[in-house]
Amino acid sequence: MIQISPHAEAALTCTLDERSLYLRRLVLGSVRSAGRGHVGPALSLIEMVRVLYDDVLRIDPNNPRDPERDRAILSKGHGCLALYALLADRGFFPLSELEGFCGPDSILGGHPEYGMVPGVEASTGALGHGLSIGVGLALAARMRERSYRTFVLLGDGEINEGSVWEAAMGAAKHGLDNLVAMIDYNKLQSYGPTDYVLPLEPLADKWRSFGFAVQELNGHDVGALRTVLKQVPAVPGKPTAIICHTVKGKGLPAAESNADWHHKNKLTDSELDAIRVAVGDF
Amino acid sequence: MRNTAMNMVHKLAARDERVLYIGSDPGAGTLRAMSKEFPKRHLIEGISEAHIIGMSAGLAMEGFVPYVNTIATFLTRRCYEQVAVDLCLHNLPVRLIANGGGLVYAPLGPTHQAIEDIAIMRALPNMTVICPCDADEAARMMEQTLDWEGPIYIRLGKGGDAIVSKAEHGFEIGKAILMRPPGDVLMVTTGIMLQRAIAAADLLAAQGVRAGILHMHTVKPLDTAALLQAIRGVKLVATLEEHVPSGGLGSAVAETLIDKLGSGLPAMLRLSLPDRFMHNYGSQDSLLKKHGLSAGSIATSIEHALAASHTASPQLHST
Repeated sequence: MIQISPHAEAALTCTLDERSLYLRRLVLGSVRSAGRGHVGPALSLIEMVRVLYDDVLRIDPNNPRDPERDRAILSKGHGCLALYALLADRGFFPLSELEGFCGPDSILGGHPEYGMVPGVEASTGALGHGLSIGVGLALAARMRERSYRTFVLLGDGEINEGSVWEAAMGAAKHGLDNLVAMIDYNKLQSYGPTDYVLPLEPLADKWRSFGFAVQELNGHDVGALRTVLKQVPAVPGKPTAIICHTVKGKGLPAAESNADWHHKNKLTDSELDAIRVAVGDF
Repeated sequence: MRNTAMNMVHKLAARDERVLYIGSDPGAGTLRAMSKEFPKRHLIEGISEAHIIGMSAGLAMEGFVPYVNTIATFLTRRCYEQVAVDLCLHNLPVRLIANGGGLVYAPLGPTHQAIEDIAIMRALPNMTVICPCDADEAARMMEQTLDWEGPIYIRLGKGGDAIVSKAEHGFEIGKAILMRPPGDVLMVTTGIMLQRAIAAADLLAAQGVRAGILHMHTVKPLDTAALLQAIRGVKLVATLEEHVPSGGLGSAVAETLIDKLGSGLPAMLRLSLPDRFMHNYGSQDSLLKKHGLSAGSIATSIEHALAASHTASPQLHST
């Protein structure tokens, strides 16, 4: 019997502040406009992306290619609605772009594309690519003697991919303490529970055994995220893995821990009403 | 050819600090001299091709020019999605140096024989595909790879292949080399099929058949202008490749002729490996012979196709 992490229990019960609700309104507004989107994977990710972009990343929306900027890669590209909301809110592109999500002339597709979306460092969508790219970026920083850090956001289903573990071995080999892997551990992938599809536990031990310094927290706890992310590397000389216990669909009761909300290609009137009740008018 | 290409990586690294060598688990001592002179730019990353391609993409995003090296089948089949998405979609200057293109690893069986690599690499937008014919040409080719935009797939032969390229021909990516002027027939070759084409042309000459040779070292982008120029007046265009019939040089030439000429196509003969995995071992040479790619078989096939083309209206022939 797998013991449920106290962080996972805290993720289920913790409340969301006004900024988190605002960001959810942005995400769900995009879904409403497009009539589609990966709802659950974006809602579990919002606080992780929020704290990164609000409090941690050294970035300048007016100079998105600054060589010294911190790099962030959304390896679970299907969570892009959360990233788009943060990038728009931080001024990388106008908020009005969010309404065009997945439209024929939009810069915002169902997975994020480098060169199309200001602030997006790599095109992702096919899973299991981001950590390897992150290893390359982090190794380049060391070779070039640059101070930027690289953050890679991974899904829990995503780490079924063997390439993630190849990348983990590579990161440890090079002792890349300028690399941080953040795992959105919402415990639900497209088909159903991660425990059913391909069990990941003991997940923290796996990352430790692959040579990472591991932190675990409630991925909706903004304060905890700030504290941990501001103290990376957790151990000098080692890459850091932060296992963020989250709830798929967090903030939208109908979607929480519900695999049916992994991806939606239409929203009914009653679902839209439920969203208004949960996050306010949007 | 392989040693030459490897040594060129070292030479380029000495000249340009952007150059990296990334091997998976190459033979002991591969680029030892480079590993001593530039240890930080000589990276051995393990049998993890998918990861290595992604990592090389990250390094290229930061201005490096990685030369990634392993066996051709592992560099194409194993990590195709990473090549497509991380390298081609981002159009990054990563060079894939593929050991053992074609049947070089004949004794090791079908897992090691790269018989469809040209097709699958050529299918990817932004990818350049080069198959040098010998060590001298490999050296000239490597010189041109430093500043080429976008990814390059480099299909290397066995090594020890007869030197048939000439310095005066130079080397430019995407520019075919006319090795012999076209006559009754034009042979279009890539990689080490050039040596066989030269031998076949000599055999044909003895039979009174004038055979030209266009060496298409770059299969993508294909040198359309050189091809259209070289086929003028020929009775037969024959493509020669150490590759399955689908998607390789023969396909590229046929597609180009159809696109550019539309009608009035010349008779065409595509000489290639069959559309199946090899279940015989032996040597590269013995397998090529078995599948009609010895100089003698090439010459005979061309003679037959020429005879057929005299009695038939222009049409495409395939083996």
